Order: sequence, then C-alpha cells, then structure tokens
Amino acid sequence: MDVPSDRVGVDGAAVAPPGEPRRPLSQRYWRLFAFLRDRTAVLAAVVLLAAALGAVFAPWLSAHDPYEADNLLRFAPPGTPGHLLGTDQQGRDMVARLLWGGRVSLLVGVVPTVLASIIGLALGMLAGYARGLLDQFVMRVLDVLLAFPMVLLAIAIAGVLTPGVTTEILAITVVLVPYVGRLARTATLGVVTMPYIEAARAAGGSSPVILARYVLPNVLSPIVVYATTLMGLMIVVGAGLSFLGLGVQPPVADWGTMVADGRVVLRRAPHVTVLPGVVILIVSLAFNFLGDGLRDALDPRTARR
Amino acid sequence: MSTDVVLELRGLRTRFGPERGGTVAVDGVSFALRRGRTTALVGESGSGKSVTALSIMGLIEPPGHVVAGEILLDGRDLRRAGAREFEGVRGSRIGMVFQDPLTSLNPVLTFGSQIAETIRAHEPISRAAAEQRAVRLLEHVGVVDAAARAQDYPHHFSGGMRQRALIAAAIACRPDIIIADEPTTALDVTVQATILRLLHDLQQEMHASLLLITHDLGVVAAMADDVLVMYAGRVVERADVDTLFHAPRHPYTRALLGCATGIEDDRRAPLQPIEGMPPDLRHPPPGCRFAPRCRHAVAACDAASPALQPFGAAHEVACHRAAEVLADA
Repeated sequence: MDVPSDRVGVDGAAVAPPGEPRRPLSQRYWRLFAFLRDRTAVLAAVVLLAAALGAVFAPWLSAHDPYEADNLLRFAPPGTPGHLLGTDQQGRDMVARLLWGGRVSLLVGVVPTVLASIIGLALGMLAGYARGLLDQFVMRVLDVLLAFPMVLLAIAIAGVLTPGVTTEILAITVVLVPYVGRLARTATLGVVTMPYIEAARAAGGSSPVILARYVLPNVLSPIVVYATTLMGLMIVVGAGLSFLGLGVQPPVADWGTMVADGRVVLRRAPHVTVLPGVVILIVSLAFNFLGDGLRDALDPRTARR
Repeated sequence: MSTDVVLELRGLRTRFGPERGGTVAVDGVSFALRRGRTTALVGESGSGKSVTALSIMGLIEPPGHVVAGEILLDGRDLRRAGAREFEGVRGSRIGMVFQDPLTSLNPVLTFGSQIAETIRAHEPISRAAAEQRAVRLLEHVGVVDAAARAQDYPHHFSGGMRQRALIAAAIACRPDIIIADEPTTALDVTVQATILRLLHDLQQEMHASLLLITHDLGVVAAMADDVLVMYAGRVVERADVDTLFHAPRHPYTRALLGCATGIEDDRRAPLQPIEGMPPDLRHPPPGCRFAPRCRHAVAACDAASPALQPFGAAHEVACHRAAEVLADA
C-alpha cells in the first residue's frame, strides 16, 4: 500500500537512512552476543561449566577412589606425588573428593533453586496478577513458611524424611519457594500497572497470553539474577544439612561436609578445610557474576549492540 | 437513529469506590458513534473522558465499576457479554490507541511481534504469517524499512514511531471503531500533526468510526465531525464541529473556547481562564455541576440538574439557560 510522502521521515532519528546496510549479525542471537561481550560473566560461565564437567566426569578424571583410605599417607600436603592436592585425615585423595563432592554440591545448589524458581514464579505471578482472595491465600501460606528461619525449616523437613540427597533437594526447594514467590509477586505488581498491560488487554489479549508474553518476560530478569545468587548460597545450606546428618550420608561427602570434617585438623592440615572452602567461594562467586551477566543480557534495554 | 451507528452508549455510569462515598467519574453519558465519522470527546482533566473510553473497552479495574447503562455494539450490550466474548471484541471490533506511546509497548517484545500478538489474539494464523502482516501494517503506518524495523525493540524508537506502531496494532484487525485517548499529548508538535493525519487517513480508508479524546481544541477543529463536551462526568453539549465552534450554547463550552489561544490573537487581550475549580466528584453540586463557576447561573441552576435538550437538528445542550446564553455574548 502506498504511503504518502508527507507521512514518513518526520521522526528523523528513528528512520533508517535509505541504503543503510542491514545489521550483519542475525537479530535472533543478539542476546547471546551481548552476554559473550561481558567478560566477567563469560569467565563465570566457564568456571561453572568446568565444575559441572568435573562433577559429571569425576570417575574418569580422578585416579583415586574418593572413599579409599590410606592410613600410611594421611595429611599429605598439596603437591605430594600422586596426590596433586594432598590427602585428608584418612589419607583420601583431595582431588577425587573435590570432584565427587561437586556432584552433590552442585546438584543441591542448582536443582532446588531451579525447582523453587519455577514454582515461586508461577505462584507469585498468579498472586500478583489475580490479586484479591487468591493473592491473599497464596501470600499468607508463603508468609507462614517465611516465618521460620531458613535453615531451621529445612532441618525440620529433612528431619521427618529419610536422609539423603532427594530429601535435601526437597527440603531446600520448599524453603526457597516463598522467597522467590515474594519477589515474583512484587515484580508482577510493578508490571501489571504498566500501560502496556492495559494496551495488551485493549488489543484483546487473554489472561494466559498476557501472563506468558507480557508479564513473564518482564519479571524474569530479577528472578534469574536472584536464583543464580541463591545457587551459591544453597550449596552452603546443603553443606549445613549434611553436617547435621540430614543430607548425604558418610562416606559420601559434598564440599560443605569436607569443610566441616576438616575443621578438627585445621592446624595440622589446613588444606583439608581450605581447599573445599575455596572451591565453594569460587563457585558461589561464579554464580553471582553469571546472574549479573544474565540480567544485562536478558534485558533488551541494557544490552548494547 | 440512523443505521450507520456502530456503537451507542446509553446512560453509562462508572463509579470508583463504594456506593456511598465513592466517586462517580462518568454519570449518565449517552452518545452514538457513526461509521466513517470522527467524534471528539473534549473536556478538562478529570472530566471522565478516559474513564468513558475504558468503560467502553471493559477495562475499568476495581475499585471501579460500570454500574449502569448500556454499551451497544451493533445493538448488542457489551456489558452482558462474557469475558471471552469481550476479548473477541477488544482489538478486533474496537481498536484503542493510548496516550503514552513510551509505556504502552511491552519493552521486551519486538515491534513486529507486538503487533502480531494482537492479530493472533483474534485470528488463527501462524506466528510467521502474523509477523508478515505486522510488517505490512508498519509500512502502512509509515515506518520506513519496516521489515528490518519490525525486529527492533520499542526503546530503539522515538515517541512518534512508537505511536505509529501502537496505531498499527490498533488497526491490525480492521476495527469498526478506533478509540484514540489523547494520542498526541505525549508527542511534540511536528509529530502530532503527522500522527493525527495518519489517524484521519486510516479512519477514512477503513470507513471506521473514530472516537478522539482530547483537550486540544485545535485538534478538534482539524479532525472532528461531531463534538461532545464533557464536564464533571456528564456530557454538557453535543454538536457538529461547526456549530460547536461558531454557536456554542453551554456556558462551559463558551468558557473553554475562551481559554484557547490562536497564533494571531492579540497579546494585550489576556486569556480568559475559567474561574474556580471543577467540582469534587465525591460531593457534586446538587444542581448543574458547572453552576458554581458559571457567569450565567441563576437559582434554578442550583436546584435541578439540566438534561440535554435539542437545539436544532444535531445540537444538544444541558443548560437551563441555553436559550439565553447565545444572545449574551
């Protein structure tokens, strides 16, 4: 259809000059490019990927059995031939134990956070969008959960079930849902009052469509950032549960248990405690940086092209 | 009423808050929109223009409620339509353009998919087909290089371009009625003219009915066929545009025109503001709502609220003294 010439080009800045070449990069992948340009975030992703690969391929990467004690070689310092990072108080290889410990720690850090994010996001969006009675009901239930200290609630839930990784994941998931749910509801309340929601409704959008295409993308970035931060924290919480005997059972150890076990020999062999501590620190930080990077990349307003 | 009436309001009443102590923002508004014509709804801020529009769209949110009246689309009362049926009307039979193009677009959807969402809400077509139509619509509303621009996000565009996109979304399903709620208020003057021109051209081309909400009398003069003047939740005067500007009968309309400026106006003659403030709608005056500010008010004005009475073919005025006011000026 013909457009009269008097209609075009008035908003000078917005109109592309004729003959300008198309942007070379495919528009579909600009978020990925935005992310890759953020060096800290990429480094964090590489660290986490390495940790994950190490955990998955632990049996092939370590020459030693993580549970094999060697009483003749206890407290070997890092650098000992055959034991790159030394051995612990029972003479078990630290490299093997860190790799195998990562399996539990990463699982406990990531899976409950992801589960809780999905559940919390759904509940929070529903509450914030519907408001009224449903909102009140959902939020009061979450408030009850929030009233307990985080770790105490996890202990209570894990305590009534059989100890193990599944229990640990379940307990941490339940504990996290109200935190994510509250954030999701707050973010949703901010979004539903925006004119573009009213405009979407005026265009005939149904509630499911508005929730999926208008609310969700606009509340997702704070949730993603929060969730990645929580992953680091949950590795520590999981360690706490294990320490209390409610999580993984000895001889299986996650990084947190390793820190806890090593504390009695801290003076004699600091590396037994420090090494898993440093690993937890690095992985937690990596999760945080990854979260920041994701936030910038997910938000079209902050991403530069 | 002639058959080309697409939408008719009868006694629309919208209240915010409880029955006692609530605010009746729209109080008994009746009018008809006709195919192929532009109707301007004029009034000050708070006179109920936008609430009227949102009531038609069924977008009044609690604590607000449409408490009385009929909204007849082709003779069917939208107030009795179910939620699903109403969704089918919004965006398809009635398109709406909002005031602020900066916040009326979802920041995380591209221009193209934004418009495609509207189409897909009403027609069972694939996303790809909807996006292709979105590109054609963007071209149609004057976006240059539309295929590439459809992939861009709202923050890449100026206000005028965003308003074009919102208009494209509003007309995507070729509605019978376009409601434009102060579509140019947030834009600068040069862009205003092009957007209004665009709205006018589209309305003509689709033979649609345009309800233009504005407080800019210049816009009214340039665009409207019929004019409704609202004051404190009521329509106080209804006329075709020529009658309204040349022989207004309601003292409020006359005062409103007195506030308007023209480029060639004598600077030494000061503008005439309307004395006083619009009434508090929680406690409206018992009689005519404009009486406390009216130069022509008499005892009867405080006693009873005047109804719209016809003066000639297409001219209605709600004033006890409408017959005398004209002579006074």
